[in-house]
Amino acid sequence: MSDCREGCFFLTGKDFTNAGAASSRLKGMLEAMNISGRVIRRAAIAAFEAEMNLIIYAVAGMMKYYITPEKIRIVLEDMGPGIENIELAMTEGYSTAPDYIREMGFGSGMGLPNIKKNTDELNISSVVGEGTTLEFIIYLNK
Amino acid sequence: MKLKELADSLSLDIKTPGVDLDREVTGGYVSDLLSDVIANARDGFLWITLQVHLNIVAVASLKGLSGIVLVNNRDPDEETLKRAVQENIPILASTLPTFELVGRLYSLGLRCR
Repeated sequence: MSDCREGCFFLTGKDFTNAGAASSRLKGMLEAMNISGRVIRRAAIAAFEAEMNLIIYAVAGMMKYYITPEKIRIVLEDMGPGIENIELAMTEGYSTAPDYIREMGFGSGMGLPNIKKNTDELNISSVVGEGTTLEFIIYLNK
Repeated sequence: MKLKELADSLSLDIKTPGVDLDREVTGGYVSDLLSDVIANARDGFLWITLQVHLNIVAVASLKGLSGIVLVNNRDPDEETLKRAVQENIPILASTLPTFELVGRLYSLGLRCR
């Protein structure tokens, strides 16, 4: 695998019809690039959780990806409510999701911890009332 | 174990006509929380759930699951079935409640590992 790739998916809040499509396409892309199964599994989990978070909470946003022979870097930027307390949001089981989201089996407070577990670096910055930027990196040879 | 054999043994109702059931089931996972399945189910696992909405197909597809079994006669949304056929994910349904169904799958040799 020697080529680099970058691009962007646009995501619409509450669009559950297409939820998961960006992560699926990203996964397909990684498979086509012959990246190891273990790295692809980790990236797919993290990307799906991040994509779902954006769709559940934000109005709109995008998922940008940068793939190099060394690492996969994914950045999600959204226009959304922001996260008031990032430390609390990282706590397993903590969620601010409304009931109808929970009834769908989302909002179990596992999303951000799942992202953390499956990535090598995770950075979240957020402004309440404006939006959130979530960035994660997975190294290919780690 | 093949999905086709499991479907026959447990009289599962096949909801996705045309989707091939001749695929290996490597294990099973039960959860109605999508993040739990995303984190813990593995390639080739059969997923037992009561969730019937569209996003179960995305989860199964992303995780490379061998299929989804709905419990308690749950009826999947029309959109869910359409998407499942598109994505080649078998959806089956059982009249049994989760406890009973999983007990039978276990006794047929299915494990979560």
